Amino acid sequence: MSDTAAPSGGRPAWLSRLASWDAAVILVTVVVLLVASGAVDNFGTSRNYTFLLLDLLPIALIALPMTFIIVTGEIDLSVASTLGLTSAVMGSLWNTGMTIESIIPISIVLGAVLGAVNGFFVTVLKLPSLAVTIGTMALYRGLAFVVLGDGAVADFPRAYTSWVTGTLGGGPIPNVLVPLVVLALVFGVVLHATPIGRAVFAAGASEQAARFAGVRTGRLKFWLYVVCGAMSGLAGVLWTLRYSSARADNGFGMELAVVAAVLLGGVSIFGGKGTLPGVLAGVVLLAGLQNALRLQDVSNEALNIVTGVLLIVSVLLPNILSSARAALRRRRRRSPSPDPPSSDPGVLAGIEQ
Amino acid sequence: MSRRFLTGALSAATAAGLVLSLAACGGTTKNDSSGSGPAQSTATADPGAASKQGVKMAFLPKQLNNPYSDIEVGGGKTALDELKGVYKLVGPNDASASSQVSYINTLIQQQQDVIGIAANDPNAVCPSLNQARSAGIKVVAFDSDAAKDCRDVFINQASTQGIGEQLAKMASELAGGEGEIAILSATPNATNQNAWIEVLKQQLAKPEYAKLKLDKIAYGNDDDQKSFQEAQGLLQSFPNLKVIVSPTTVGIAAAARYVSTSSYKGKVQVTGLGTPNQMRAFVKDGTVKKFALWNPADIGYLAAYAGVALSSGQITGAPGQKFKAGKLGDYTVGANGEIVLGPPTVFDSANIDKFNF
Repeated sequence: MSDTAAPSGGRPAWLSRLASWDAAVILVTVVVLLVASGAVDNFGTSRNYTFLLLDLLPIALIALPMTFIIVTGEIDLSVASTLGLTSAVMGSLWNTGMTIESIIPISIVLGAVLGAVNGFFVTVLKLPSLAVTIGTMALYRGLAFVVLGDGAVADFPRAYTSWVTGTLGGGPIPNVLVPLVVLALVFGVVLHATPIGRAVFAAGASEQAARFAGVRTGRLKFWLYVVCGAMSGLAGVLWTLRYSSARADNGFGMELAVVAAVLLGGVSIFGGKGTLPGVLAGVVLLAGLQNALRLQDVSNEALNIVTGVLLIVSVLLPNILSSARAALRRRRRRSPSPDPPSSDPGVLAGIEQ
Repeated sequence: MSRRFLTGALSAATAAGLVLSLAACGGTTKNDSSGSGPAQSTATADPGAASKQGVKMAFLPKQLNNPYSDIEVGGGKTALDELKGVYKLVGPNDASASSQVSYINTLIQQQQDVIGIAANDPNAVCPSLNQARSAGIKVVAFDSDAAKDCRDVFINQASTQGIGEQLAKMASELAGGEGEIAILSATPNATNQNAWIEVLKQQLAKPEYAKLKLDKIAYGNDDDQKSFQEAQGLLQSFPNLKVIVSPTTVGIAAAARYVSTSSYKGKVQVTGLGTPNQMRAFVKDGTVKKFALWNPADIGYLAAYAGVALSSGQITGAPGQKFKAGKLGDYTVGANGEIVLGPPTVFDSANIDKFNF
């Protein structure tokens, strides 16, 4: 049951995938959306789906690169602060009279630079990513307040703000879903159908083994942080335009929502396992539950409890299942498969070529 | 390896390209952008219309579980009970700018009749409030205004004029109609404080306050220690001082604390703007006879009455329209859809225990 790089067109693997955690998350998500559409008043309307998609957009955007990073066994907790700093810089550049067309690419590049700083500490100085990104989380948020103070910049051009909040032809599909879908496809293909993706899984499964197989894990991780920063910057741009409000506290606390969605989507916090469709299902599931429960007037506290229980279940259940399977296999007197996927030869097969 | 570099660069380029593709040709800067919201409602009001029953009004304060906003929305609940409306309270646990937006969206879906909102950010809530309004929901801002184009009316807790007049009145009463007074303000450039002090000075020019003399305006910078020292300085420089007026909650508490521990206690009066919880001890020990602030419960109460009046078609938010607000009496909509609550509430030993904020 090791969710390694999805073999392109491997039927047996596809069959075993059916019983895997991320397939279960996708199924649960579909069921929750269907049940909520039927049972919760006003949930299944097109306008509500528009709200739902707009709300999950920034989380989904950042969850894409975060999936790669967590699969390699690292983490990036500075993403929400990167979003906030990008937003603050956008506001102050706008105040200086720069054109929005120059500000937007500058903001995304800024995100990439902030990601590169994380990457430098993690891969060149070999510091633990948890410690590094907790540090930069505080640092970037602090810088955001230095840049913009506690004020807000709001007078962004209407053409842009209305595009971000608008829908395709006035229908239910938000305009911003287009870049999200394109990016999700790009990230999905790279993770599951290219040597890069296989290297990412290999690095997460066993960094040493990956290195022996010729994967430059340091360089790989560095670029993952750069991409993650750039995506956080993009999320910051879209966030600022959606709320027409550049503020230093934008996105505060969002890093945990992103990590929660990634873990719920079946990515192992220890690396080496996970799929992008599972992660996107995790994002939709959390956002959908929140939306549905709010429509039912469930309190914030109860919402948090539901999210917490879901997360714990998502971490526990696969472990219980895999140990149950291992026990079954042992009973059938087959060679026991060790729990850590570090010795999985399938992972490295693609890299050795 | 170079392929890996390439793909990394490619993803970044794709992202940048996508965003750039949104850009119209030519540059848009701060100077060309003109914000113009939807026009205010042009529907005519019918002041004689009956108040609707069963109006569903949801209150969305800056954040939940904040003592001050709990009292505000409590007033709203009282009013909706009187009006036989349906009260609801929703809100984020953190007062961040964008957190209110998804709550507004939920309220739109639930087809509320009225949303009462204390905006964390006047602009961030604007698009969704306008979506609510185009869905037929009335929007009453209270306490902290949303952008003018995004709400029907704003309940303003106090007018500058009302506060300045109240400060002059209390100073005169406490000084016995004549004598020396001083002001302990926040910072020299504090907008609110300066506006109130300006009105206070205009009042002192009137014949009924002719015997009051303003010695000095001291600035404690809304810092407890500095305010404490400034209060001390005032009393040493002006031995005949009768009243210290402090139009800031930090200043009034610091001045009262100094006076309560000094020989001036009972001889010099401290008044101004403060909250009952911080001033309670000084009222009990006799240092402070009276001070003022708006009553948060009345803000919510008036917001609910305004919401039901909007929903019933008695007002639309245009200046000059009138409506009744239960125990608070009659109100008139002012410029920009603002409804001023009225003169601030005066707290003294008789009523201070009724308030907890």
